[in-house]
Amino acid sequence: MSDLDFTTRFPTGVVADERKGYEGYIVDADKLVEFATALRDEFGFDYLSSVTGVDYINEGKLEVVYHAYKTTGGAGLVFKTQVDREAAEVPSLYNIYPGADFQEREAWDLMGIKFTGHPDLRRILLWEGFEGHPLRKDWKEPYFEEDVKPFKSRWPEGDFHRAEDKNPYGANVQYPDKFDPEKWQPEGEDALYGSLAKYQTTDESGLVTDHITVNLGPQHPSTHGVFRIAAKLNGETIVNLKPVMGYLHRNHEKIGERNTYLQNMPFTDRLDYLSSMSNNFGYALAVEKLLKVEVPERAEYLRVIMAELTRIQNHLFAIGMFLNDLGAFFTPSLYAIEERELILDIFEMVSGSRMMCNYFRFGGVVRDLPEGALEKIKGLVLDRLPRKVDEMDRFLSENEILRSRTVGQGYLSAEDAIKYSAAGPMLRASGIPYDIRRADPYSIYDRFDFDVAVRYNGDIYDRYYIRLDEVRQSLRILEQAIKDIPEGEILSGKPQYTVRVPAGESYGRVEGPKGELGFYIVSDGKANPYRYHVRAPSFINLTAFGPMCVGLKVADVVAVLGSIDIVLGETDR
Amino acid sequence: MENNELNSPGYEIPDDMKSVVSITTLDKIYNWGRRSSVWPMMFGLACCAIEMIATAASRYDFSRFGMEVMRPSPRQSDLMLVSGTVTKKMAPTIVRLYNQMPEPKYVVAMGACASGGGPFKEGYNVVSGVDKLIPVDVYIPGCPPTPQALINGLIKLQELIDTQSLKTVRWYQKGELAAVPVPVLGPDLIYPKDIPAIQEAGKEA
Repeated sequence: MSDLDFTTRFPTGVVADERKGYEGYIVDADKLVEFATALRDEFGFDYLSSVTGVDYINEGKLEVVYHAYKTTGGAGLVFKTQVDREAAEVPSLYNIYPGADFQEREAWDLMGIKFTGHPDLRRILLWEGFEGHPLRKDWKEPYFEEDVKPFKSRWPEGDFHRAEDKNPYGANVQYPDKFDPEKWQPEGEDALYGSLAKYQTTDESGLVTDHITVNLGPQHPSTHGVFRIAAKLNGETIVNLKPVMGYLHRNHEKIGERNTYLQNMPFTDRLDYLSSMSNNFGYALAVEKLLKVEVPERAEYLRVIMAELTRIQNHLFAIGMFLNDLGAFFTPSLYAIEERELILDIFEMVSGSRMMCNYFRFGGVVRDLPEGALEKIKGLVLDRLPRKVDEMDRFLSENEILRSRTVGQGYLSAEDAIKYSAAGPMLRASGIPYDIRRADPYSIYDRFDFDVAVRYNGDIYDRYYIRLDEVRQSLRILEQAIKDIPEGEILSGKPQYTVRVPAGESYGRVEGPKGELGFYIVSDGKANPYRYHVRAPSFINLTAFGPMCVGLKVADVVAVLGSIDIVLGETDR
Repeated sequence: MENNELNSPGYEIPDDMKSVVSITTLDKIYNWGRRSSVWPMMFGLACCAIEMIATAASRYDFSRFGMEVMRPSPRQSDLMLVSGTVTKKMAPTIVRLYNQMPEPKYVVAMGACASGGGPFKEGYNVVSGVDKLIPVDVYIPGCPPTPQALINGLIKLQELIDTQSLKTVRWYQKGELAAVPVPVLGPDLIYPKDIPAIQEAGKEA
């Protein structure tokens, strides 16, 4: 980062972050917009990956942390801005990086940081009217017991109680002082519907016509879970569309800041529950960066094998469900799930669980391959899966209905993909060959020979087909990995329940099946992370969803959503 | 239920009429019909929904139990498989969906979250189990339950249906069946039954 000469460009307002264990730059709030504009236009950091907040309650400050990259590759850049906790106002970067849209809303929702100039600053994961901003360190939930785990009441004596018994209402609820539910006015959905611009048209005879609002979800078979779409329609054409989420907001980050580092590992499984192994990977990388531990050679290979198998089964499932959305009801999914089950068998063999693998540890993996597992992987990778992928390709890709519904539909240009911080297959299907495995290699990906899958049309069809491409590339990586995997240790050092992580910050990112999965961790040297944030690709990829759908018909919205491939556990966290 | 069970009401059938006539009770034939065609709602909340899909797929295949007809609309379904974490934001919708289902209806809480909050119980947006909102018939442990566990839970549901009697089932009792009150999203989730208590607490404060 030495070639970045910010001090000449910004004599005041930008200083290097010199806290121990921290990196990047601290920018004054009033210089932020200017700095970000220069970063994008002069320094080439065209991609804003992550925006989040940290509550430094002892200093009375809230810090907004930004991670930016160049889509041409290379390491990232961190910059921060600090504001007073009581008057937390930061200029919005929406106009420079529209990809900040949802992330700034999330920071407002959970941290209470007001982004001035943001066009639609509503709560995103919780609902309008919710009391307080839960990720602030002084905010306590109804079942609050202690700041950090393990709780004294339960460990080491092993006592336990039901949290309900200690709550006056016997449930996970709390109300502000002097709250009277009879006099209270529900906020309802006015803010949401207000944000969907109201359109009226008047025809020649003077007849005034309103555009109608249609809600899809949260219970809808094509939303892949509990996701809601509020759309403004002109006839059957989408005029404006806003995703509504948070129906599966499970407070991952608040719980994560209470857990010990190791306790968080099984929670990461439940983020993107289709690809737990690669979630583990990202989290392990972030903590290992702070711990500065080396991972033994065999463990690195095991990690890569598991991460690539995860990618394959995720993409197969995504294709199956996408075809489901198009109306090929369940037949393609059954083909996909058949193969996925075989990969899950391998996961069950090595980790003991089909879906929630909890397989990675800081400095390695938890178990070695059991007998017969490598043969099984070989059989799948070298023989069965390549055939099956070709079969799917043959059955589906030239299908008349699939092509006519997807080719040229749901277009996302390369510029827009970068602008909206789209990641993973979505970015690559729009013609940006950005893959973290190649652009900023982690683990041992620099050893393998593979191509970054890229397609150039940016339509639904390309986003479908690029997943088949990626499965083929993953098979290539796997072929090399199972050939070269050495014998040896699988974990450096002794297995530990509590790791002491040196103070500082780190950001670990992997190319997950859905895109860049990042974990931002701030440690204060204790056994629990001080701040734990997940940069969730499913969540941020949805930023482009609304703009992509404008002008399409309602039925195509379902296809566009299917092609983004979201998992609600990760979207809402 | 085996056929011979269906045919054993406790009456003697004359020899010459055996294999021509069956005598059974209304309860038995009713339960037999119900348990063999439970239509689940296509309703997935979280991770467990993926295992539910896996159970519906060819390897585990719950159509063997007459349960493969998944309906996306609550109006056409008998069984609500609550497959995942119930959040406060989702709670009103879940209750509304339950109220929209026609009787007879059953609820299966699949997995730790739906049964009692699970690993996310302490979270500020998590309801400690779906039974805080609607009555549950069968709980399935696991995080997520494997397809085998889910099938076991569904068999338990069938066993439960076998014990029904037309005389006592709630949907054939006199009078209207009361809908479950829908909780409201206020500063926190407000259960309608708590409103007097909340008002009391508000006055004291």
